Amino acid sequence: MSTDTVQPSRAEQALRPGQRLVVSEPLELDSGASLRPYTIAYQTYGTLNADRSNAILICHALTGDQYVAEPHPVTGKPGWWSTLAGPGKTLDTDRYYLICANVLGGCMGSSGPLEINPAIGRPWGLSFPVITVADMVRAQKKLIDHLGITSLFCVLGGSMGGMQVLQWASSYPDRVFSAVPIATAARHSAQNIAFHEVGRQAIMADPEWSQGNYLELSRNPSRGLAVARMAAHITYLSEQALHRKFGRALRNREAVTYGFDADFEVESYLRHQGISFVDRFDANSYLYITRACDYFDLAAEHGGVLANAFRGTPTRFCVISFTSDWLYPTSENRLIVQALNAIAANVSFVEIETDKGHDAFLLDEPEFFATLRGFLDGCAAHRGLSRA
Amino acid sequence: MSPDASSLSGMAGVPPLRGDLALVAEMIEPGARVLDVGCGEGELLAYLTGVKAVDGRGIELSQSGVNACVRHGLSAIQGDADRDLADYPTGAFDYAVLSQTLQATRNPRQVIEHLVRIGRHAIVSFPNFGHWRIRMHLMLSGRMPRSHLLDHSWYDTPNIHLCTLKDFTALTDELGIAIERSVTLDRAGQPFSLDPRGHFANLLAEQGLFMLSRRG
Repeated sequence: MSTDTVQPSRAEQALRPGQRLVVSEPLELDSGASLRPYTIAYQTYGTLNADRSNAILICHALTGDQYVAEPHPVTGKPGWWSTLAGPGKTLDTDRYYLICANVLGGCMGSSGPLEINPAIGRPWGLSFPVITVADMVRAQKKLIDHLGITSLFCVLGGSMGGMQVLQWASSYPDRVFSAVPIATAARHSAQNIAFHEVGRQAIMADPEWSQGNYLELSRNPSRGLAVARMAAHITYLSEQALHRKFGRALRNREAVTYGFDADFEVESYLRHQGISFVDRFDANSYLYITRACDYFDLAAEHGGVLANAFRGTPTRFCVISFTSDWLYPTSENRLIVQALNAIAANVSFVEIETDKGHDAFLLDEPEFFATLRGFLDGCAAHRGLSRA
Repeated sequence: MSPDASSLSGMAGVPPLRGDLALVAEMIEPGARVLDVGCGEGELLAYLTGVKAVDGRGIELSQSGVNACVRHGLSAIQGDADRDLADYPTGAFDYAVLSQTLQATRNPRQVIEHLVRIGRHAIVSFPNFGHWRIRMHLMLSGRMPRSHLLDHSWYDTPNIHLCTLKDFTALTDELGIAIERSVTLDRAGQPFSLDPRGHFANLLAEQGLFMLSRRG
């Protein structure tokens, strides 16, 4: 394999700091297209041990990125899993070597529509090939090869990250000692696809989107992207959590104004979610990554039988769902468990009681952390990993 | 505690087992694949993993039980014997254990058939409803019997399919299931040796513990 670790330019480094791997071999994509060269932007935390047995690959969700446990370079907010990952935490960087790569098609430094197509010297835009979850995982595997890791101690992630976990376990079972798919599904449901389509249509309906050429025209479909984010954000919360947080409370006013200003707190909150999102995300990237989720159907690749995706697997699984998650409900997670039981795989399944909806996997949920820690400790004992 | 237990650093320590579980554990060969149906908080699995180095899995109805298992590094899923045993392939385990749960299943006959299908051996224990105290209780008080093993009122008991030792052995005969070993237990959970098909066992045993397998 011919690869280079490159230093990004100073401007690039300030905007999206971290490590880059450039692979000059082509990546054969599910669509039939091939991509070369391609870049994987990634971050690592902790130290790889001498026998390279303590690596955990974290797979990020739709709008996540590789900045798991450090301030985000654009927003300055704490890393998206900094409650979970760090010294002494559940994903203990004193014990484990954490790796997280920006997904293919993403917009934080990995090859995607925002990046310059080296063949033409201009941004890819919609000429970037459509990618799948399996393509994301193929690219990640190149990175893991490059890092000299033959067997990952654990691959874990929530939501779209969980899909990558399932794909890893299915495609490279001998490289995955343990796998933790969280709040996810082995296929995108019609409802999931429908919500994504709303988001895409919002982006494409924004005149600034300019058929996807906004980068070259120095335009920005921020309104469309913000609406997409607002709609999606509702699906990440539970009705109960929304009610608890906002109810029908009014925003800095005593009475409704009989207009279309943000009268309600919940409107104001959603608008804020939308507006702050566009600062850190690329609209075309949102189209590509939502599409990748929609195409995900692991059973379909295996004769319609999900169990066949894992037949003979040596991997230890822990499937985790949340009671109030209606986007990737427990029933979808349970289908994964049933498939694994059908081949007598080593699987644990935990449903965490919470009213925080799909977002719960990103929040401080003590029961979730405790069970994840217990699972990892058990796996570490079987792997013979020493304590930190 | 066996010295093996400390080799698993995930185990803080392996506490001793309650009487009937200790007998179950005795029946299980080291290193075996074990499915514990109704595993609770994983007492038996923790013991077997720590002391006998088995490859163990649990199924438990209560989510808090499952979470406790996983927190302790054991493999467990939330599930129920009536619904979820059908998912498992034939012969996937050396032992399928169902301890003190058979009487709470909706379809015990099917559960037993699944246990001997999934496990090369099935280990089943249950309270004997033919015990003389239970018979006396019903005869003298005229009320539904309660005992220390069956401590619920008739209207809220999870124990919906109670049986006697004779009922159980009649069912295994009907299903063509071999009884490889049997132990009868007294009130204190101490084993004593009586033919489980006999009249005395059915009167004197508070619990029966059976190791079963498919014939042939």
